[in-house]
Amino acid sequence: MEIAVVLRAVPDPVEELELNDDASDLDREYLGFVLNEFDDHALEEALLIKEQVGGSVTVYAAGTADEVEQMLYTAVAKGADLAVKLGDGLDALDAHAHADLMIEAMAGKTFDLILCGVQAADELDGQVAMLIAARLGIRHASVVVGANPDDDGLRVTKEFWGGVTADYKVDTPAVLGVQAARQAPRYVAVSRIRQAQESDALEERDIGQPAASGRVHITAVRIPETGAAAEMISGDETAAAEKILELLKTAGVGGI
Amino acid sequence: MTRRANPKVEPERVREIEHVVIDDMDISGHWNRMFEQRVIFDYDPHQIDRVADLPGGESMAWCYQCSQCTAVCPVDHVGSYGPRKIYRDLQVGMDLFTDAQLWLCTTCGNCLRVCPKEVDFLQIMPAVRKEAVMEGAVPPELQDVFEKTARYGNPLGKNAKRRAAWTRDLDVDVPLISDVGRKVDVLWWVSDYPAYHPRGIDASKALARILTHLGVDFAILGAEERHDGDSMLRAGESGLFEMLADQNIETLNKYEFDVLLTTDPHAYNAFLHEYPARGGTYNVVHYSAYLAERIEELGLSEDVTRTITFHDPCYLGRRNGEYDAPRQLIEALPGGDFVEMWRVKENGYCCGGGGGGMWLDGHAAEHQSMRLSEKRVLEAIETGADTLCVVCPYEVSRFEDAVKSTNNDGALEVLDVAELLAAALGLSED
Repeated sequence: MEIAVVLRAVPDPVEELELNDDASDLDREYLGFVLNEFDDHALEEALLIKEQVGGSVTVYAAGTADEVEQMLYTAVAKGADLAVKLGDGLDALDAHAHADLMIEAMAGKTFDLILCGVQAADELDGQVAMLIAARLGIRHASVVVGANPDDDGLRVTKEFWGGVTADYKVDTPAVLGVQAARQAPRYVAVSRIRQAQESDALEERDIGQPAASGRVHITAVRIPETGAAAEMISGDETAAAEKILELLKTAGVGGI
Repeated sequence: MTRRANPKVEPERVREIEHVVIDDMDISGHWNRMFEQRVIFDYDPHQIDRVADLPGGESMAWCYQCSQCTAVCPVDHVGSYGPRKIYRDLQVGMDLFTDAQLWLCTTCGNCLRVCPKEVDFLQIMPAVRKEAVMEGAVPPELQDVFEKTARYGNPLGKNAKRRAAWTRDLDVDVPLISDVGRKVDVLWWVSDYPAYHPRGIDASKALARILTHLGVDFAILGAEERHDGDSMLRAGESGLFEMLADQNIETLNKYEFDVLLTTDPHAYNAFLHEYPARGGTYNVVHYSAYLAERIEELGLSEDVTRTITFHDPCYLGRRNGEYDAPRQLIEALPGGDFVEMWRVKENGYCCGGGGGGMWLDGHAAEHQSMRLSEKRVLEAIETGADTLCVVCPYEVSRFEDAVKSTNNDGALEVLDVAELLAAALGLSED
């Protein structure tokens, strides 16, 4: 199965996030970036499928940060066959522009399956998978927690609310928005990443900034307000339980 | 290290006589297999060979199961793991490369100390772990720490740029060597927990005040410092160690200093034994030894009315032979009483933090009856001490947690020797 995985570098919350001067976006000048956690799961699911039925995995990522390159080499070290880094000035893309860019990057290639994270930590609107599918006119499923290849396609497990899951038979080609891989993303040793850096599995492609989608308008960005400090409850179990009950009653939780 | 040749049976010197009559007495006996060379052929040596074939794993094959290690292995005291048992398990087919036991050794080195065959678990475990790491077979909690360390340069996953944040609002000046712009006498390698962990920071502030009090010309690296890598190496991530060591050596070689002062015995061990082979040779001194040489100069004056016991860090004591300096400092504290625990110095009990154990708490909990730090804290309390003094930054948080988890909150205070010295100098914060 020929698989493409769309990766996205998102701001690393380990560093203090600050707003730019007109409070329309994060101040991106000093940001660090990490791989979007859901995309890491998309990559893991792709590698699992490849291990089951053969084929290849190609990963795509856009952005200028050093971390993007590191992300792609890590994917190669984990087992991706080819990594494509898309050019300059592409850091801040909304979901529409991101989907357009990835479709353009994949042009001329035929994939049976395109995987990406169900959503990204910086936008949380969960649109990329369905936008790619809609524009390519192929099948789509999101909030996927497993995609097992079987005789004639894929058996895809989708998660719903309240712990309910449903299995779908999905014919390829298809796009999946991955919530979680069947197993935790694998560890790859640093020396394997260093080996990947010596390989020629990374292709750099200047693709140019896509036109702003014009569909997403950010009106304001705010830093969340800090809540009140936590209250530590002391005393033995009985005293602590009574105190908790009293707090719940005061707050009117659960109609007690 | 000299190795004795294995004693060999020399068949040509063995005489077989069917009947022996001495003084008219026939002393011939039934043939006894004790007279034969014992051949152990009932076991498939395959799993032992897999370990012994690795660089560093050779000595696994030398074990003759005398069990001396059983008595001293700190993990064996709280569970069923032990070096001899590993050999036995390998004999009956255990795959150490995927077995949970691989991650229980803290590389404390007490088994090697007593082993008549010099079976070296300090080499064996990292060698096997290295293979497991290459296959991605790493406990998830340790995987997380490897990834954080690779990304941020510290196992806590803290912002690399905030490494010197602890020096803000301090009543003494802790300069960055990049700002000093000249050679310094002492470059202080602060390490991760002393820079980021709240209790580590307490000890760092105390040490900064002491160095200032002594008039030492010192500086730190701040954001340029990265994890020393020693524990990553013991935990099998040799590629991560190499990356960190190379980055650190490149940084250190930019600056001029006489002494590289380390807070962390693991960093001390790395600078002493691992960095020279990669091009980084420094005059490295642990802060306990640095201060012990200056006891008179310190002029300790304030009474610290405490009964103090001391925990030997494996990587300062057993690994590098420094037992005296911390004890000299404790004994110099005015008004303090010093009591020893029953397992000290060469036979010091491990806190459980070495060899990656610092980041395998969940894994250890699944395979041990208690944490090593909990066992140690109970031993400290048995002495009647009210204070447990430490000189390794892994230990303050480990032992403080253990005091709480063994329901001894309030019975034992865990303090870095720098905190005790600062108190005796009237340099404490409050």
